[in-house]
Amino acid sequence: MGFMLLRRLGQAFLILIGVAAITFVLLYALPADPARMLAGRSATAQTVASIRHELGLDQPLLVQFWTYLSGLLQGDLGRSYAQKTEVWTLIVARLPATLTLMAAGILVEVVLGITFGTIAAVKRGGTVDRVVMMASFVGVSAPQFVVALLLLYVFAVTLGWFPMSGYGSFAHVVLPAMTLGVLGAGWYARMVRSAMIDVLNQDYVRTARAKGLSSRRIIFRHALPNAILPIVAMIGIDIGQFMGGVVVVEAVYGWPGIGQLAWQAIQQVDIPIIMGVTLTSALAIVTGNLVADVIAPFIDPRIRTS
Amino acid sequence: MGIVRSLLRQPTAVFGLVVVILVVVLALAAPLIAPFSPDEQMFDGLTLEGAPMPPGGQFLLGTDTLGRDLLSRMLYGARTSLIIGLVANGIAVTIGLFIGIVAGYLRGLAGNILMRFTDLMMAFPALLLAIVLAALLRPSLWIVAMVIALVNWVQVARIVYTETRGLVERDFIMAERSLGAGHGRILFLHILPHLVPTAIVWGTLGIATTVLLEATLSFLGIGVQPPEPSWGNIIFESQSYFQAAPWLVFFPGMVILLTALAFNLVGDALRDILDPTQRGRG
Repeated sequence: MGFMLLRRLGQAFLILIGVAAITFVLLYALPADPARMLAGRSATAQTVASIRHELGLDQPLLVQFWTYLSGLLQGDLGRSYAQKTEVWTLIVARLPATLTLMAAGILVEVVLGITFGTIAAVKRGGTVDRVVMMASFVGVSAPQFVVALLLLYVFAVTLGWFPMSGYGSFAHVVLPAMTLGVLGAGWYARMVRSAMIDVLNQDYVRTARAKGLSSRRIIFRHALPNAILPIVAMIGIDIGQFMGGVVVVEAVYGWPGIGQLAWQAIQQVDIPIIMGVTLTSALAIVTGNLVADVIAPFIDPRIRTS
Repeated sequence: MGIVRSLLRQPTAVFGLVVVILVVVLALAAPLIAPFSPDEQMFDGLTLEGAPMPPGGQFLLGTDTLGRDLLSRMLYGARTSLIIGLVANGIAVTIGLFIGIVAGYLRGLAGNILMRFTDLMMAFPALLLAIVLAALLRPSLWIVAMVIALVNWVQVARIVYTETRGLVERDFIMAERSLGAGHGRILFLHILPHLVPTAIVWGTLGIATTVLLEATLSFLGIGVQPPEPSWGNIIFESQSYFQAAPWLVFFPGMVILLTALAFNLVGDALRDILDPTQRGRG
């Protein structure tokens, strides 16, 4: 177990270095020129050249990458080109907003998923079951930005229940969290449903039934705890999906998280910030998968023996 | 034809198939059925106050903020979405097939390197990567297709890799090898045909992902550039106006949803039919 964990940590570390390398090459090989962007339209070639020198952009790519990497290994993500602030500081300042949004979104997914997945499994073939199966497809087929705009139109513009955009109170979280959560909930419900059906067909459930336990007790005490196992793994994987979706959702709702930070940086070709956010996202994805793998044997003893 | 018959037995697949065919036909016939030119700013296309016309009347789905006919723009937008869907996903499936087969067949060092690279790509936040690339590349239709292909091949490669690994172990491949068949013959005549179902399934499911990704990039203003219409950029152009003219978001949004849903339903049904071991799984 300890050895496995070490190996996985080593792999995760290598993957992050790889992500850094690929992003770096992509960003600096692209035609967009951060120095010209900073200098502005009317700048002379000389000004652009001096800015380029100042940012270290006139050095060979390999040297630049080495500088970046050695900084990275010491926990230094560099400084923003436009704002001159430490990238790390900028990201840390934005992180709470994004984490709040993700947590709220995952909460919506899990609550809706478990509720409707369980009902669908217990009343198989019923209306809820059919709606869940269809909703899981609609969820992966609906564009997030359209859902975001529609929720805004119905609940903020027409009904006025929630604010249009902004950050700070519970009311602000509801619509963005719904946008992220409602779409994913279908798949969660589907997973819970199929796991629940498996569990309900097992001998120990039949035993419980034969003992004369109420079906409520069987479902909630005996079946459900086993049926929600796959959800844990799913949350780990889901974090990756969220990191992408966050850019869109934060753009629509004016949510001041790292997605918005990335979006502003992209428009200014502020490469250190883009690198920082990409790496933070990759870190979240790798950690999510790692945690899901590491936790799995603790909640499901069957995995431990194999 | 057994596949088609099995498809027609599932109501959801039939629904998906009908929508797919409808979208394809409408896209192909866009120049014939579009009531107006998609780019023409109609002199009577705005109200006296300069607002877009609501649906109904002369302009069936209303007009956009520049007084252009929304229905015509959406019909031409279907072409953009489908072209990008087919091209981008075609490239993605090809790359995925190639890397998956080679890595699964070669194993050893080369195979290992390819699969570690695939693992690396799995750790990339795909949408973020696509947004960064599209934004910095000053996009055109083809660039958008390339960017989408670049982030979408990973999943196909993983699945093809696993399948190839399984196939290589099978007796008929060993028999073929002992008969003296070369690598090329084994790969193309014996392994590739077994992967056709996977390619078909992902060739369909992937279009849904691609259509959504294109719409998202265009919505952010870094996909297909106006005035060339795409479902995503119609919404991008009118989003600041959507409180007053919600249909400008609603109609294209519904079309994106329906198209992606249709490809997902057909793809999922194909997976059930072509691969019985996957039946009933997520």
